[in-house]
Amino acid sequence: MADGKYETVIGLEVHAQLATRSKMFCGCPTGFGAPPNSQTCPICQGMPGVLPVVNRTAVEYAVRTALAFGLRVNPACRFARKHYYYPDMPKNYQISQYEEPLAEEGALDVEGPDGLRRIGIQRLHLEEDVGKLVHEGDFGTAQSSLVDYNRSGMPLMETVSRPDLRSPEDAAAYLRAFRAVLVALGVCDGNMEEGSLRCDANVSLRPRGATELGVKVEIKNLNSFRNVQRALEFEVKRQSAALDKGERIVQETRLYDADRGATRSMRSKEYAHDYRYFPEPDLVPLKLDRAWIEQQRAAIPELPRARRERFVVQYGLPPSDASLLAQSRALADYCDRAVRVYAQNPKGIVNWITSEVLREVDAADEVAVTNFQIPPENLAGLVKLIDDGTISGKIAKDVFARMLTSGEDAATIVKREGLTQMADPGALGSLVDQAIAGNPKAVADFKAGKTAAAKALVGQVMKASGGKANPAMVDRLVQEKLSRS
Amino acid sequence: MRTIHELTTAFAKGDASPVAVAEEYLARIGALDAKVGAYLTVTRDEALAAARAAEARYRARAPLGPLDGAPIALKDVFCTRGVRTTSGSRILDTYVPPYDATIVARLKAAGAVILGKTNMDEFAMGSSTEHSAFQLTRNPWDLARVPGGSSGGSAAAVAGGLAAGSFGTDTGGSVRQPAAFCGVVGMKPTYGRISRYGLIAFASSLDHVAPLTLDIVDTALLLGATAGHDPLDATSVDAPVPDYVAALTGSVKGLRVGVPDEYFGEGLDPEIDRAVRVAIDRLRDLGASVERVSLPTTEYGVATYYIVAPAEASSNLARYDGVKYGLRVPGKDLIDMVSRTRAAGFGAEVKRRVMLGTYALSTGYYDAYYGQAQRVRTLVRRDFEKAFERVDVLATPTTPSVAFKHGEKADPLAMYMNDVYTIPASMTGLPAISVPCGFNAAGLPIGLQLIGRTLDEATLLRAAHAYEQATPWHAKRPSLG
Repeated sequence: MADGKYETVIGLEVHAQLATRSKMFCGCPTGFGAPPNSQTCPICQGMPGVLPVVNRTAVEYAVRTALAFGLRVNPACRFARKHYYYPDMPKNYQISQYEEPLAEEGALDVEGPDGLRRIGIQRLHLEEDVGKLVHEGDFGTAQSSLVDYNRSGMPLMETVSRPDLRSPEDAAAYLRAFRAVLVALGVCDGNMEEGSLRCDANVSLRPRGATELGVKVEIKNLNSFRNVQRALEFEVKRQSAALDKGERIVQETRLYDADRGATRSMRSKEYAHDYRYFPEPDLVPLKLDRAWIEQQRAAIPELPRARRERFVVQYGLPPSDASLLAQSRALADYCDRAVRVYAQNPKGIVNWITSEVLREVDAADEVAVTNFQIPPENLAGLVKLIDDGTISGKIAKDVFARMLTSGEDAATIVKREGLTQMADPGALGSLVDQAIAGNPKAVADFKAGKTAAAKALVGQVMKASGGKANPAMVDRLVQEKLSRS
Repeated sequence: MRTIHELTTAFAKGDASPVAVAEEYLARIGALDAKVGAYLTVTRDEALAAARAAEARYRARAPLGPLDGAPIALKDVFCTRGVRTTSGSRILDTYVPPYDATIVARLKAAGAVILGKTNMDEFAMGSSTEHSAFQLTRNPWDLARVPGGSSGGSAAAVAGGLAAGSFGTDTGGSVRQPAAFCGVVGMKPTYGRISRYGLIAFASSLDHVAPLTLDIVDTALLLGATAGHDPLDATSVDAPVPDYVAALTGSVKGLRVGVPDEYFGEGLDPEIDRAVRVAIDRLRDLGASVERVSLPTTEYGVATYYIVAPAEASSNLARYDGVKYGLRVPGKDLIDMVSRTRAAGFGAEVKRRVMLGTYALSTGYYDAYYGQAQRVRTLVRRDFEKAFERVDVLATPTTPSVAFKHGEKADPLAMYMNDVYTIPASMTGLPAISVPCGFNAAGLPIGLQLIGRTLDEATLLRAAHAYEQATPWHAKRPSLG
């Protein structure tokens, strides 16, 4: 609301499920969609007597993420128990981190309409996920509920941003950039539909120019980029309308209802918990050796921002194309692999990716991009055939379509189908002669000054060649022969 | 009444049969446990199957080691796969664990014959086993008296000859105190020495797995078979386990014994005072040097313990809600179901401690209670570190009184004070052992407590063994008929 009288202030808490093979504190697998309670053991079911053991890979992933965001990794951190009663949480406490998180104070640079903005990240910590309740019937009237503990104990990394975001678009952009970093690191699959990335937002308004923060409202259940933006837009409107009427904003938690496109209040009493945090006595403090932290730093791959800049400099891409590619690790990898095979024309390759490849797959679907039927090496081969004049751009589109279905490389298809471009002046010349001889009207029109008539003759020749004639050469021959005749 | 090492030596020589011995114990339990009330569950079939397997190994001259075929009992706090495990509570009356605790797995791997699960104070909260939801346990030396607690069933089973040895848990003294009351050996090793995986938690930072035996060699055997790092317990210590039996040299020459002033003050039964001082003199006669030391923070032990233990318990017991296992009392909604389940499932002492602990962890009180208690704990630890600069072991009474009568200590505070001498070693995680050191005029056993340095169980065992071999107490047994 850049033009309104209020300034919007937003902070995001993002829960990312780490892409580890086993759960946070036990050895259970982490696959999505398994039959209820099939991926559980006494530990993640909270049986009497069980103890947690920290998943080292989860710690590695969290440390890499912290380093990627420039957070300070604490040499020692602790887990803490957070207590509340809910049947999806088998121990009735969640092992999380409280006073001594894994990392603190970093930032993420987010591209907005006004250029790059630095959004502060306050803290990053590890915790375990809870299970899932399945209500038999509607939530309000259900007579019973079932619990699926497959998700119980999944490793979660919570990241809390500073209230540095100034609009719903900002928030969505932050989340996109955040996701891109996690996916580039390989620590999270970034799949919001399956709940691998979940977001809560804190939003408040204040009179433009004020320095004090307004009363904040927490919105839960934001499970897509679209929902984040729409929920925040609704909430900003709701709050500004309330403030306009002179009402006070109540500090509360609201739930986003995607079907109604509105937020609604969760009864605040029910959620006014005293979590009774205390250090988890079943785990010793996590001590992270400096040398080990540096090893993790060395394991960080090229991140989206650096990749975007490299695409601009190295491949000469326009910034918009560079951003589009860099937001998706799979797409950027695809591009890099294609260019590695054929380095002469990265722009040409990228044009084929942004126009043809992205017509077939969703840029955000990393798995689909990775498994795309045409491997990047084959796309590079196709572009090379255009560039060296073997095929025309038009024929290339047909070849692309065949590559999609057959999985063969471009050269094989061109050779078998005899699609090689005709660029022999003798053969083309006789085709042009035939066209001129067969179209006296077009020749007359051209002579009368209608230069467009030449185009009709070019078209005739292209048709006669089965689309294989080199269009530039045909154009030149038609012009020459018409002027001479 | 034979010790574990006597039994397994006889098995190896072919002088005794594991199956016959298991049957003897089961028969004795059948005949006498109605009097004692040590067992909540007797696992007759499993015990006989294990005994037969042991017997086959002895016949093949390939026993698993010095515990193969040893008939032992387990406090009902250890999860046993397929065998009901209650932690002495109504709320787990029907609970059958799907897994074995690490201690249970290690005992089975060593060939032990598990006779059954023994009675205890509910969730190990108590010093008399009177807080069991199921039954009273009686002291084999005087059936009108308590066996101590919370591992009262395990201590009574060993003292009464209903098991050759047993395991309990010691959180504030729950093995050493019943050992003293029942005239047997009870040893709490260093915190983390034996894995807690599968031990139903009372207070995580204070819970210790601890053996109860007829003599020190047996303690060394049980400790050796169960100690050592466990990848399933992040707090278990990753240090090599020495040969504890080999450490029993019989000599205490040059050993420096410290006697802390604070353990011989007001509230100590004069007969115990005298017996313990005589025992310390005996150690001196055997070649140890004895000196007075001071542990000034001793007086804060009980108060600190009764913040830390209930706080952790309030958290550990939160999982008993009627949703997943154990007792469920239906209610009109979820909160009502959980409330009714916990109201019906927990006894008064458990409720008292859950409330205490919940309060101590609440926002605004956390730092004043739990935070402060942890700081005091650090001070207590420093006291001990300072003392151990001068001495190798500390010698104290295990308890301020001998076994009391059922119902005698109805006031919770009086009951709590019974742990005054055992709590400091619990809070510091230091190894400590109670060995029999005599009887009062009424014939009730008295315990001598030795406290040692972190992970120095070997020295403690050596001192206790030398004392035991020089005195007649360990050979005296109650008569149950």
